[in-house]
Amino acid sequence: MSATRRKFLKLAGLAALGWSICPSALRAATESAFGNEDAGEALHAKRWAMAIDTKALSKKIMKKCTEVCHSIHNVPEFESDEEIKWIWSESFEHLFPEQMHSRLMEIPEKKTLSLCNHCDNPPCVRVCPTKATYQREDGIVMMDFHRCIGCRYCMAACPYGSRSFNFSDPRKHLEDPTPDFPTRTKGVVEKCEFCAERLAEGKEPACVEVSEGAILFGDLEDPHSDVSKALEDRYSIRRKPELGTEPCVYYLI
Amino acid sequence: MYDGGKIIVGLAVFVVLFTFPFWFNIGSAAYEEPELQEAKEGKECVLPTQEMRAEHMQLLDDWRDDVVREEDHYYHSSDGKVYWKSLTMTCMKCHTDKEKFCDKCHNSVDVSPYCWDCHVIPEGGE
Repeated sequence: MSATRRKFLKLAGLAALGWSICPSALRAATESAFGNEDAGEALHAKRWAMAIDTKALSKKIMKKCTEVCHSIHNVPEFESDEEIKWIWSESFEHLFPEQMHSRLMEIPEKKTLSLCNHCDNPPCVRVCPTKATYQREDGIVMMDFHRCIGCRYCMAACPYGSRSFNFSDPRKHLEDPTPDFPTRTKGVVEKCEFCAERLAEGKEPACVEVSEGAILFGDLEDPHSDVSKALEDRYSIRRKPELGTEPCVYYLI
Repeated sequence: MYDGGKIIVGLAVFVVLFTFPFWFNIGSAAYEEPELQEAKEGKECVLPTQEMRAEHMQLLDDWRDDVVREEDHYYHSSDGKVYWKSLTMTCMKCHTDKEKFCDKCHNSVDVSPYCWDCHVIPEGGE
């Protein structure tokens, strides 16, 4: 009798092990999907965040970040004030107006990168009447371009100017759009999405990849992530923290 | 019957107008299914051909919501194959030419989906 009970327990243990391994084994077996064989396992986080090392950023790196982002996301180039931007270089004076004083000398004119802050408490999401802009569980503030009706409430709500509106057909201002990402149409708002489409393929955001280490990206809830470590070691500031939007883009000073 | 003549004339006019689509099309050729470009790479689609013909719009709509809002990029077909949910990357890998595939039926049944207002037609069509 005791032998059969032992056998039963052994089998039960093996079965439990099997159940716990099976889903991940299945997932591993289905990694290669027709249509996008290069896609690796998606990157997940409890709370995505970015830390921009303002000391390490050079003009060249900033230019590279903007160029690569705008080219892979089909962001059109305008000469006029219809300008559309996802990530761009901006002066400290404009990014942190409340921090400026007359003895700062060169800092106000110095430039660093600006993009959507993917706030914890995003005002743009609250005002969107169609839920075209919404927040994912991992904190990314996403745009569903299909649903955007172009009311521009989100642009009025965003205190960071991170959103751009397509006043005219963007296709006319794109020389060679990539088929890997849609363009937008006239009357749609757009902004940075923390490269959600790349995270799904297991890649880091494009600006992080080309930043030569000047932009860190990772899970804010994970104490061992690059972002968490950098925030622990260095002094950092965020844009307009007094508004209570809780930005998740940090600037290392 | 009061005003019988008027009523009968009225009825006749009504019947003629009501059946207009039928007699207007008498003699014209029956609807012919357009000939579509053969699939390039894969042998089978994500669903059987008949189902795709009837329901591809619903499928694409579901894929869109899955990908954009649910972060679900993998489609498991009934024969166990895995597909990346993407119109431009997956569908167009086999049906390479929009003009010889999508447009054929859409033109002949006179519908104009607005997929391509934003999604970029991949190169590969000749």
